[in-house]
Amino acid sequence: MLEIKDLTIKVENKIVLNKFNLTINDGEIHVIMGPNGVGKSSLTKVIMAEPNYKVISGDIIYNGESILNLSTDERARKGIFLAMQNPLEIDGVTNSDFLRTAISSINQKNVNLYSFIKKLDEAKADLKMPDEMVHRSINKGFSGGEKKKNEILQMKMLNPSFVMLDEIDSGVDVDALKIVGDNLNNYKKENKDISYLIITHYTHLLRYVKPDFVHVLKEGKVVKTGSYELAKQIEDNGFNFDKIVSSANTGSDQSE
Amino acid sequence: MKTLSKGLDKEKVRKISKFKNEPEWMMKYRLESYDLFASKKMPEWGPEIDIKLDNITYYKKVFDKIENNWDNVDKDVKATFTDIGLRKAEEEYLAGVHVQYESEGLYSNMLKELRDKNVIFLDTDTALKKHPEIFKKYFGKLVKNDDNKFAALNSAVWSGGTFIYVPPHTKLDRPLQSYFRIDSKNMGQFERTLIIVDEDSDLHYIEGCTAPTYSDDALHAAVVEIFVEKNARCRYTTIQNWSNNVYNLVTKRAIVEEGGTMEWVDGNIGSKVTMKYPACILKGDYSKGTCTTIALADSMQIQDTGAKMIHIGKHTKSNILSKSIARGGGNASYRGLVKITKNAAHSYANVKCDTIILDDKSKSDTFPTNICKNNESSIEHEATVSKIDPKQLFYLMSRGISEDKATELLIMGFIDAFREELPLEYAVELNQLLKGETSIECKR
Ligand SMILES: Nc1ncnc2c1ncn2[C@@H]1O[C@H](COP(=O)(O)OP(=O)(O)OP(=O)(O)O)[C@@H](O)[C@H]1O
Ligand SMILES: [Mg+2]
Repeated sequence: MLEIKDLTIKVENKIVLNKFNLTINDGEIHVIMGPNGVGKSSLTKVIMAEPNYKVISGDIIYNGESILNLSTDERARKGIFLAMQNPLEIDGVTNSDFLRTAISSINQKNVNLYSFIKKLDEAKADLKMPDEMVHRSINKGFSGGEKKKNEILQMKMLNPSFVMLDEIDSGVDVDALKIVGDNLNNYKKENKDISYLIITHYTHLLRYVKPDFVHVLKEGKVVKTGSYELAKQIEDNGFNFDKIVSSANTGSDQSE
Repeated sequence: MKTLSKGLDKEKVRKISKFKNEPEWMMKYRLESYDLFASKKMPEWGPEIDIKLDNITYYKKVFDKIENNWDNVDKDVKATFTDIGLRKAEEEYLAGVHVQYESEGLYSNMLKELRDKNVIFLDTDTALKKHPEIFKKYFGKLVKNDDNKFAALNSAVWSGGTFIYVPPHTKLDRPLQSYFRIDSKNMGQFERTLIIVDEDSDLHYIEGCTAPTYSDDALHAAVVEIFVEKNARCRYTTIQNWSNNVYNLVTKRAIVEEGGTMEWVDGNIGSKVTMKYPACILKGDYSKGTCTTIALADSMQIQDTGAKMIHIGKHTKSNILSKSIARGGGNASYRGLVKITKNAAHSYANVKCDTIILDDKSKSDTFPTNICKNNESSIEHEATVSKIDPKQLFYLMSRGISEDKATELLIMGFIDAFREELPLEYAVELNQLLKGETSIECKR
């Protein structure tokens, strides 16, 4: 369970989240939507302890313990995973070396090579990724969609319990989106207690991965929480708030 | 055991030649070289060479003869080379091994099939006795004894080293390796290596070096001369891991005839100060030279390394790739020369130097000299200096990898192009060296 309590953060002297609150129980799927630049990615970065994003006040509690004093790698080893909006390229480090190092860091013991290769082959096949990809440098020369798939590959290999997906659906073609959706559903099926925090601008992915809650982020806070319907309304009407609120009043969604 | 007392004079030079029972011409050459050494100044550029030359032992012979069977080698020395992994490499991967201990050879052996092919692989002293004609034809012709102060010193007091002759139309499927070991305090090691790869032939030679750490300085001043004949190819791979009290001042040069290829692969991890700029003289038309180097300068270390490419033949090509890492206050600098002469029409040279500096205490400079004397040729030069990218570090750490391990992965990635040039076994060894695993002390 992840609890974010009255969290205020700043990046480059700009307050991005302001007394932000959100609780995600085990097994839940949450969606955050909101206009560009509102702080969605910043939220994921601060949960992952990116050094540029500073917590001014509030707390982040994971499975009952504050994680504010933990470094990025320590948080990852607790089972927190971030599929990034813009996955980086790292020249000279192969995907397979990277994954092996990551898995042995998380498990605190050396990886059994045979089971590693087997698992990697399965994950690659599930995602319809070409074989040679894993021997290439991390994301080097990958297309936008391939990079996104590679984030899901990493998720499948590292077995996290809380997964943040920052615009995993952008730049992904129709077929690849279905593959990503299926993989997310299957991963959840195999690991009932895991939870997702999905950041998106559209409902495409949500047609495959059914959210329990949809939140709208504005001015540093969640200004509205609803269900899948809310996401559809936003897709139709944008963040024109009056419309959302009025339709919300007639609909079943609860507004803050 | 034969050991000279510390310091050097003419009499000692004469003594070395006498110990070795050398022909008259070599003794004369040594004495002339000594005069050149005595009269030459220290290089006026590059790092300061603050070594007490009077405090160095210039010759030390520990074992009576060179063995060709490890069973006859001193037990403790044998154990050291087992630990280093050389004996396993010999069994599984190499075509021949030569080991030098202090001033003289200790062990030398090669596969029978190479003997059948008339390949010569000997310590340089034995080669002088057994093959005087070839020796005299090539020795000192490429690196003359007046080239620089330390080449003059080597020419005066040289001892040991490797001599390789590969006859025409001969391909060696496996590499030959020499291993140089200094174990004494204040020791000077002055091996002399001479390699001739005759027409249409192919050689990969690997050189490794280590020494235990003492508080006093040691000196390694080697000279390497390589002759790559028509359409031949020579690859010379070095993994230098001297302890950080060794001054490593080495002159390495190759001359390449028509259609030939010389490839330097040069890894500098250890030493206190290294000054080394492997050179290719591309004499024949269509000859090629490459130099791929890495240098790691840690605390108290200066790596002043680079390459030289002299284009003389037409349609010649060269490529320099230099990767430097400075950390813990070390200094890793690139110093290089590319010269395309007037005659070398339609030639092309590419230089790429990348440096990564891991902290504010460390530094790096680049001193490139590029000269192109004809209009049909071109030189491309690119240099980058970077730090560990915090975004990349974050990406790796977000997958559970600790900061240290992530940094290590990024450094490995930075030198990937160099690692790719190494045989797999040595790439593994390099990884361990870069992780700072300490060098193995001799058990003797
Ligand atoms: N490293 C940074 N340096 C400076 N400003 C930053 C940095 N990261 C984020 N910001 C700023 O913080 C604000 C929130 O950015 P963030 O990336 O969280 O937005 P977002 O909601 O994810 O937007 P989008 O929908 O476009 O992805 C923006 O104004 C952005 O310019
Ligand atoms: Mg974003």
